[in-house]
Amino acid sequence: MNVSNPDKSLTSAANYWRANLRLVGSLLAVWFVVSFGFGILLLDWMNQYRFFGFKLGFWWAQQGAIFIFVILIFVYARAMRKLDAKFGVEDDD
Amino acid sequence: MTSLDTQTLTYLFVGVSFALYIGIAIWSRAGSTNEFYVAGGGVHPIANGMATAADWMSAASFISMAGIISFLGYDGAVYLMGWTGGYVLLAMLLAPYLRKFGEFTVPDFIGTRYYSNAARVVAVVSLIVISFTYVAGQMRGVGIVFSHFLDIPINWGVVVGMAVVFMYAVLGGMKGITYTQVAQYCVLIFAYLVPAIFISMLITGIPIPQIGLGAVVNDGSGIPVLQRLDDTLQALGFAPYTNGSKATIDVFAITLALMIGTAGLPHVIVRFFTVPKVRDARISAGYALLFIALLYTTAPAVGAFARLNFVDTVHGKLYSELADWFKNWERVGLVAWLDKNSDGKVQYAPGVPFAGKPTFDEELTGPFGQRTVINAPSKTANEVYIDRDIMVLANPEIATLPPWVIALVAAGSLAAALSTAAGLLLVISTSVSHDLLKKTLARGITDKQELMYARLAAAAAIGVAGYLGINPPGFVAQVVAFAFGLAAASLFPAIVMGIFSLRMNKEGAIAGMISGLAFTFAYIVYFKFVAPELNTAANWWFGISPEGIGALGAAINFTVAWTVAILTRAPSAETIALIEDIRLPRGVSTPHTH
Repeated sequence: MNVSNPDKSLTSAANYWRANLRLVGSLLAVWFVVSFGFGILLLDWMNQYRFFGFKLGFWWAQQGAIFIFVILIFVYARAMRKLDAKFGVEDDD
Repeated sequence: MTSLDTQTLTYLFVGVSFALYIGIAIWSRAGSTNEFYVAGGGVHPIANGMATAADWMSAASFISMAGIISFLGYDGAVYLMGWTGGYVLLAMLLAPYLRKFGEFTVPDFIGTRYYSNAARVVAVVSLIVISFTYVAGQMRGVGIVFSHFLDIPINWGVVVGMAVVFMYAVLGGMKGITYTQVAQYCVLIFAYLVPAIFISMLITGIPIPQIGLGAVVNDGSGIPVLQRLDDTLQALGFAPYTNGSKATIDVFAITLALMIGTAGLPHVIVRFFTVPKVRDARISAGYALLFIALLYTTAPAVGAFARLNFVDTVHGKLYSELADWFKNWERVGLVAWLDKNSDGKVQYAPGVPFAGKPTFDEELTGPFGQRTVINAPSKTANEVYIDRDIMVLANPEIATLPPWVIALVAAGSLAAALSTAAGLLLVISTSVSHDLLKKTLARGITDKQELMYARLAAAAAIGVAGYLGINPPGFVAQVVAFAFGLAAASLFPAIVMGIFSLRMNKEGAIAGMISGLAFTFAYIVYFKFVAPELNTAANWWFGISPEGIGALGAAINFTVAWTVAILTRAPSAETIALIEDIRLPRGVSTPHTH
């Protein structure tokens, strides 16, 4: 979301869109890592660790990933409101 | 289920909840297409979140999911992550932009963005196939709940369900459905959590199921629940509960297909057209997933507790000393016992006890009072037939909970099935009256006429759904993969490219949707119907099962669309302006008639 170095030739709408893509890209990276990464691809490695009475990989796959999904959407909604305001494109009338 | 008390309470709970839904429908009936299609665009994001959650969580989520997880163990994660992770995609890639676009339906977006009625019609066809596949199962679910809890024949149960949905979907349209779904969410989540809390208390002494699942068993042994479950199952010859048995690539593909399928389901997407602003669409997806996650993080706990409880109360016990619940559910054929070694004790082991569903000799009672199963026994040591659905349906009885909890589960199952059915029927009727008639075949009709056609289409769709519920085509259960696979391979890529690419054109989108659909359809049909005997990992492409093939179908859609788009003419300046407009929240309008 760092837009401190804007390309002067681009309009503010284009900058807004770039910042948006960067935000969504990083949030989706987290989305991928917690579910497909921790819960599936790294399952066996994760499972050597314990988290309370869970094997850690099992916990990510059946509990943890879902909690993170919820948090991600709220983080996104909040960050986008800030971004909307910063670029003056918010939908307040 | 047997005592008059439970029966009366169930009638009471179901009756009161139905009266509530119908009352809301009358209070919020729709007066214009705007209200009928998108509830006037004035739904509060939290209310929309609840409505989305009820819309999304079907009879399958409520009744079947915990049972499926309890038998799959770790592999159940494909459903848990697959049916929640899609909301992240929906929130970040679709919902805000479609809300800004400000029309009524998903085919509306595809038809306008790709300046093509052909694209619109392809989208309508996908939508109708996806939605009918899905809705038939819901009506069947309604019938099953009626027959189990209220001793009403399944077909009458379907008819009662149709009548209730008719009341609020035809009268109220999206407005009626939205506020009914808010009430239905409250009923269903309460009905799901109460028995889950009880059973968590029973097994671990901890009232929060999500924490109970990671706690130690309440019997002084100090062993964690999941460890105990692994040990118990291994002692009986099963694989450990917390290990997977599917190949990693298949788990990956199924999870991905369910996620992008979820994000592409029209009845879910359209819910985000009902909120006032773009920022409401974003936050509303968060609330929706929060409300969904309450059930989805509880389900794996219910699954594990129920499996443990089931083994403990059944295996190695004399049939004559089994608890009442076993005999109650044996009467309706959801559990059965075939005493292979004639020792009067119930042995539970891996494998099926006999092929197929149990058939009973009604004339002959077994030596221990059991119903006599006449299926030929299998070679396994297992003597117990279990329908997975009883893990939720019979849970309150297995855990000896009070009768009102059982009545609550009945009302909750019905809320889950009816809310999903209504949401699906609405998108079907909308796409017929708006996309096929108003935008394609009968362009001159007025708002009033369109509203009338929408009501007629809703009524007709309910009729078809009811018919499918009463006469379920034998393949319904096998084709759940269809709805998600097709949504993943057709609608999701077309919408995402429509928003994120300025270069994607009509030719690319249509070619992509058709090739994604055709591939996914052919793969599923081949392995499910043409050559079911070949439906094993050795024959699958890249080891991906038909359930997960939508992920590959989506990849094919993206690839074909790109290739074709590059080779054909770029979209006009007008279309580019449209895309640039939907990318900015400013200037959002409520969908209107034109």
